[in-house]
Amino acid sequence: MRTDNATLFAEGSVSTLRLIVYLAFSVALMVLDHRGHYLEVLRRTASALVEPAYRLAAFPADVARATRTAVATQDRLAGENRELREQLLLAQARLNRLDTLVAQNARLKGLLDAQKNLGLSVQFARLVDVDLDPFRHRIVLDVGTNQGIAIGQPVIDAHGVMGQIIEVLPNTAVAMLITDPTHAIPVVIERTGLRTIAYGSGAIDRLELPNIPISADVKPGDKLLTSGLGGRFPAGFPVGEIGSVSNDKSGMFAAATARPSAALDRSGEVLLLRDQPQPYGPPALQGEMGPPAELAGPAPDAPPAAAAATSP
Amino acid sequence: MNRARVQGWLFAGSFALALLLQLMPLPLALAPLKPYWIGLVLIYWAIEMPERVGLGFAFLFGMAGDVMTGELLGEQALRLVVLAFIVLRFRARLRFFPMGQQTLAVLALLLNDRIVMLMVRGFSGEAMPPATFWLAPLTGMLAWPFVYLLFDDLRARLRASE
Repeated sequence: MRTDNATLFAEGSVSTLRLIVYLAFSVALMVLDHRGHYLEVLRRTASALVEPAYRLAAFPADVARATRTAVATQDRLAGENRELREQLLLAQARLNRLDTLVAQNARLKGLLDAQKNLGLSVQFARLVDVDLDPFRHRIVLDVGTNQGIAIGQPVIDAHGVMGQIIEVLPNTAVAMLITDPTHAIPVVIERTGLRTIAYGSGAIDRLELPNIPISADVKPGDKLLTSGLGGRFPAGFPVGEIGSVSNDKSGMFAAATARPSAALDRSGEVLLLRDQPQPYGPPALQGEMGPPAELAGPAPDAPPAAAAATSP
Repeated sequence: MNRARVQGWLFAGSFALALLLQLMPLPLALAPLKPYWIGLVLIYWAIEMPERVGLGFAFLFGMAGDVMTGELLGEQALRLVVLAFIVLRFRARLRFFPMGQQTLAVLALLLNDRIVMLMVRGFSGEAMPPATFWLAPLTGMLAWPFVYLLFDDLRARLRASE
């Protein structure tokens, strides 16, 4: 009780020197962490404590949701059920039609000998309702390295791309949403094929496309799909829909805003894409091609003949 | 002796509770309003028990906060060290302020904390947060009297039960 006999206006018991030492220490820590990402290592080490804390913090919200479902009137549940069944019917019908297209596509691709398209392999995950920071758009999922999750896996829901995994713990993963201010996703406008980049805006219902050529044909209502460039997100997933188009401040570019297709603020369950996206860059070299051997003339190891055979 | 142990549990429990409350979600529209519980609890104990809550304690607790919710190791450690330093420096006065005045002082502390946070995030290259960033200190100020009265009451009961 050193301070109790201090006068009202005396300085407290702390010295400025100690403050400076601690400040310097924490700044050094931040600089080191900014370069080395030691926090992730520390969090993984402490995961035995961190993961139960996340589950515990999410518990009241889970209970609240369960209670709401339990006391929901049967009427409303029946209505919801009917609605879902209609949606399923619609989706099923669309899928049936799609199946024939997929088969046709596969046949055509086989004829063209094109690169194989990977099938959609997904993993189901549930959100852990935890708020890491309201100004950073992060979600916590209940799967981790034990379930085979790796950093960089795209996260989608029924309507479109939600984000990507940025950190994995043994049974928990943290994903960054596409609306995070530090996130950017390469997109293509479905109607025109224009490629651009959609940046997160920090608002959960808005993406920004700040650098579209001024002459480009972009209209409100245009759909944005992932372009597959960059190698992180596979091509062809819905990202959003253009909301407004205007000139940017310099007048050199058109700037558009888009509304994300995925229900970023409402999804309770998400899908994690298992496959890595299609490899980028040119396709792998094909085996040596040419006319059939019997037409190629003399022995293939004779240099002049081989050269003649391969030149067009 | 038993009392000291219960007091110790209250002390540790309040910090654990602050970390959990910091993680708990609010409805999306209210999310920016979440008070900085970790800071409020630290202010309380720094005022009431300065012999246990020094700068070193604030630093370690900030590290714990970073491991739980943070993105950059040391961010909350820095914020809490600054917070604890100001509280300890002016503790003699803060303690005897009437509740209204104390609440305003807490608002000033939390606003200062936001400025420190903004500086740290600015240096690490993050974008300016939206205007709602500045609402949390206000809710923190509103929460302060309850935090203060709750803990004071709990401690008074402990003393009385002796």
